[in-house]
Amino acid sequence: MKDFVFHRPSTVAEAVAMLKARDDGKFLAGGQSLLPVLKLELAEPTDVISLAGVPGLRDIRVDGDRLIIGASCTHDMVARSAEVKAHLPALAALAHHIGDAQVRNRGTIGGSVAHADPAADYPAALIALGATIKTDRRTIAADDFFTGLFATALERDELIVAVHFPKAKRAAYAKFAHRASKYAVVGVMVAETSAGVRVAVTGAAGVVFRVPAMEAALSKAFAVSSLDGITVATDDLNSDSEASAEYRAHLIGVMAKRAVQACA
Amino acid sequence: MSGAEGIGASVRRKEDRRFLLGKGRYTDDIVLPDQSYAVFVRSPYAHAGITSIDTRAACELPGVLAVLTGKDTVDAGLGGVPCGWLVKNKDGSNMVEPPHPSLAVDVARHVGDPVAMVIATSKAAARAAATAVAVDYDVRPAAGNLDTATAPGAPLVWDAAPGNICFDWHIGDPATTDAAFAKAAHVVEIELTNSRVAPNAMEPRAANGHFEASSDQYTLYTTSQNPHLTRLLLAAFTLHVPEHKLRVVAPDVGGGFGSKIFHYAEELLVLWASKKVGRPVKWTSERMEAFVTDAHGRDHHSKAQLAVDANGKFLGLRVATLANMGAYLSTFAPAVPTYLYATLLSGPYDFPAIYAEVKAIFTNTVAVDAYRGAGRPEAAYLLERLVDKAARQLGIDRIELRRKNLIQPSQFPYQTQVALQYDIGDYQATLDMALARNDHAHYEDRRLASAKRGKLRGFGISTYIEACGIAPSALVGALGARAGLYEAANVRVHPTGSVTVFTGTHSHGQGHETTFAQLIAERLGVSIQNVEIVHGDTDRIPFGMGTYGSRSAAVGGSAIVKALDKIVDKGKKIAAHLLEASVADIEFKDGQYRVVGTDRVKAFGEVAFAAYVPHNYPIDTVEPGLDESAFYDPKNFTFPGGTHLVEVEIDPDTGVVEVVDVTIADDVGVIINPMIVDGQAHGGLAQGIGQALYEEAVYDSEGQLANDSYLTYTMPRAADLPMFKVGNHVTACTHNPLGVKGVGETGAIGVPPAVIGAVLDALAPLGVTDISMPATPEKVWRAIQAAKAATGKKA
Repeated sequence: MKDFVFHRPSTVAEAVAMLKARDDGKFLAGGQSLLPVLKLELAEPTDVISLAGVPGLRDIRVDGDRLIIGASCTHDMVARSAEVKAHLPALAALAHHIGDAQVRNRGTIGGSVAHADPAADYPAALIALGATIKTDRRTIAADDFFTGLFATALERDELIVAVHFPKAKRAAYAKFAHRASKYAVVGVMVAETSAGVRVAVTGAAGVVFRVPAMEAALSKAFAVSSLDGITVATDDLNSDSEASAEYRAHLIGVMAKRAVQACA
Repeated sequence: MSGAEGIGASVRRKEDRRFLLGKGRYTDDIVLPDQSYAVFVRSPYAHAGITSIDTRAACELPGVLAVLTGKDTVDAGLGGVPCGWLVKNKDGSNMVEPPHPSLAVDVARHVGDPVAMVIATSKAAARAAATAVAVDYDVRPAAGNLDTATAPGAPLVWDAAPGNICFDWHIGDPATTDAAFAKAAHVVEIELTNSRVAPNAMEPRAANGHFEASSDQYTLYTTSQNPHLTRLLLAAFTLHVPEHKLRVVAPDVGGGFGSKIFHYAEELLVLWASKKVGRPVKWTSERMEAFVTDAHGRDHHSKAQLAVDANGKFLGLRVATLANMGAYLSTFAPAVPTYLYATLLSGPYDFPAIYAEVKAIFTNTVAVDAYRGAGRPEAAYLLERLVDKAARQLGIDRIELRRKNLIQPSQFPYQTQVALQYDIGDYQATLDMALARNDHAHYEDRRLASAKRGKLRGFGISTYIEACGIAPSALVGALGARAGLYEAANVRVHPTGSVTVFTGTHSHGQGHETTFAQLIAERLGVSIQNVEIVHGDTDRIPFGMGTYGSRSAAVGGSAIVKALDKIVDKGKKIAAHLLEASVADIEFKDGQYRVVGTDRVKAFGEVAFAAYVPHNYPIDTVEPGLDESAFYDPKNFTFPGGTHLVEVEIDPDTGVVEVVDVTIADDVGVIINPMIVDGQAHGGLAQGIGQALYEEAVYDSEGQLANDSYLTYTMPRAADLPMFKVGNHVTACTHNPLGVKGVGETGAIGVPPAVIGAVLDALAPLGVTDISMPATPEKVWRAIQAAKAATGKKA
């Protein structure tokens, strides 16, 4: 790990100003994505700006038909939150299966979403539920947020402050975890909200994606059997030592059915 | 004695307090005054000429003390890293034994081969400078794995080894084996791979070398399983500094599994560099560096045939194995696929004829050497997979076929057709015990219950044997070992009766500080709280050959017992004098010397005190002091064995295999601490299940390791494993004073074929007949798809 200057601002505005003033700064939330990258020297920022001292980013609250989760909430907080369990139990369950206990105690929803790891779990939830991402300066729909492999719509100095989830009529997440890393080889979130049924897949490709054929079939009849015979093309799927594209395509079908089953 | 602490007592491990509190002292914890740090520049290519190395930019960076290359090691006359075992070819000629420079000179032969060493005042400075060393490589075609290395026209790792063959060796009798096959009613054939694994000790390797000019003395702190062997090799082959000027300390070591037996180049280089820069030099491996520099394990490809008569009795076995050696011969590498593998091919079975051929192959990969079990898991896996296949082919139950062929208790000592003589065992007893504890009679109920939940359940069995307690020196010497394999101990009784034991074995997780203290409690009646076990320091311990091959209790423990016998005998002479009796009338029991048949006694502590304060003492015939040493050379290997049973559930939709039951019955000889023995079994089983389902070091044809971090290399975790049911049936080893055999490796040896057997049993109804280790979800899923497609075609 290369040396860097460590900052600990006490407001969102101060944090954003600090990053803006540096050519090569990075926000640090729970560090579960950033620190491994620093250790491997895949990133060598000159300045690391910790969000640990910024108040107001660790709240979970219900506002009408929305669940609002502060960006600095750890995965463990989301998993254990009474509000999340009551209003979006599928999201609490998803958070409970991220990484391991150490990761869940440190890693944050804002950090994970900003990092946009293609095998992270949250993107499937954000897309399937139609969440919106609140930043220091604007609101971004999840549909517009994840733009590619580790790429988002965030500006260089833009900071996520919260994620807003609409409540769901029903939702469930089924994950086939990588046996070594525990990241999603395939993770499928199925959700029915006021906007309709959505099926979002993480881990299988360079960026989270929806499966329109499954959504259409489930919209007609929300049942496991509706998914029979629906396949996902292998063209854009990842292929690696843990799972080939063919196997991932197969697992999308299996995990989607398990998610539908779990919704019942 | 002293039932509470002696042999057979499950006392808690004395060493765990410091480990659990984070107070262990490992090599990397040691920071010496003026400490400097080394980082290695390593080849990113599997095979490449080194055209030039430009160190100028690196040398100018702040904090850099030196940048050393292979040329510097040649100029300094440093020796290459030696191989400790010479194997002969079939025709009696020697194996090809290529040089192993400590820093690559001219050619890099595997990814991770060190080409330069950077020493700086901080680790960060050394790392920065390492990236500034400019190496020009001339990339060559590589023999990246066994397949590529043995293909016609394969790139050569060494010009001196045509066909990349290191040696072509055999054992057994081809003529009697041919004759056995000629009269066989059935011949069963199998071809399989024993997958390659990376050792992954929790503590990565580290070495801290310190040359002190004032005394002309070298000290090496290192993560070693056998510091004395490292000192011997440094003295005789690599550093060329005599032993009296060389101290090797292996402090707390966090796991080895074989990978820390060997003498590695880094150990030599930090000592040499320390003299050059005038400061201690420390290197600590990064995890990803460990993946490409620690010696790996297994990596065999074998074909075998089993000859069976009309009644299901085994007549003969033929085996041809290709064993990957890597690019360089590591310390014990040639012994692993020969004397630790092919000699075990009789397993626990009565075989009238066996013939095995082993070709060792060089590849452009890191060295392959001993890894928990070392050769014996490869033998057990081959044999048990073959026996399972025979059962299926002959339509005989797997358990019955084994029963029919197990060596009977009346046949011991049993001479195999592959050199070993088993002294004792009772394989039927361990088989019966495992089946009873697993409640095998009700297996079908469990299978149906799994089926109701949509799962395919399978049952696997392995009846295995291993040879450990390594090893009789004369025997291994005749087989090519370049060292003896005895063990040494020094028992020092202090004036007030506490005891320090210096052992040449080395504990890196095994619990010797407890187990060996129990031997003192048993023999002398001294509480283990008053016993200190010292290991891992060549300046404190007379000598030793270290810990591996499940040898510590059988060989090291026996040396301690021999020294204890001398202590007890000397104490008798002192006690006889104090009690005014003849030595012949003194008995020692429960910590007391007693005149037989009387109540006249002297406590052991009183005798010890008299030995150091010899005012009233037989000074004309007995020297003062109570301090005895012993060397013990074993008469034979020891032969633990047993039965491992595994049940799995497979999710047919995803191919995920879950191990739902592991029941084992081992015979590891007399048990000193049952809790520690169970713990060793648990760890071995986890590693064996790891190899069977999770772990594999995958080198592609170019010699790149595809999975070199924990993001992609899957270690078994506690959550992946069921509670293990461990049973023991004891037959005492006949040729060592404790009757112990050894337990360190049994789990890793016995369980992999049982896991794969269970997977194949679960998939058999679908028509799957073969699967390789590790049985990953995708592999299982593909096997199911292929079997379905084949069945579809047939129908």
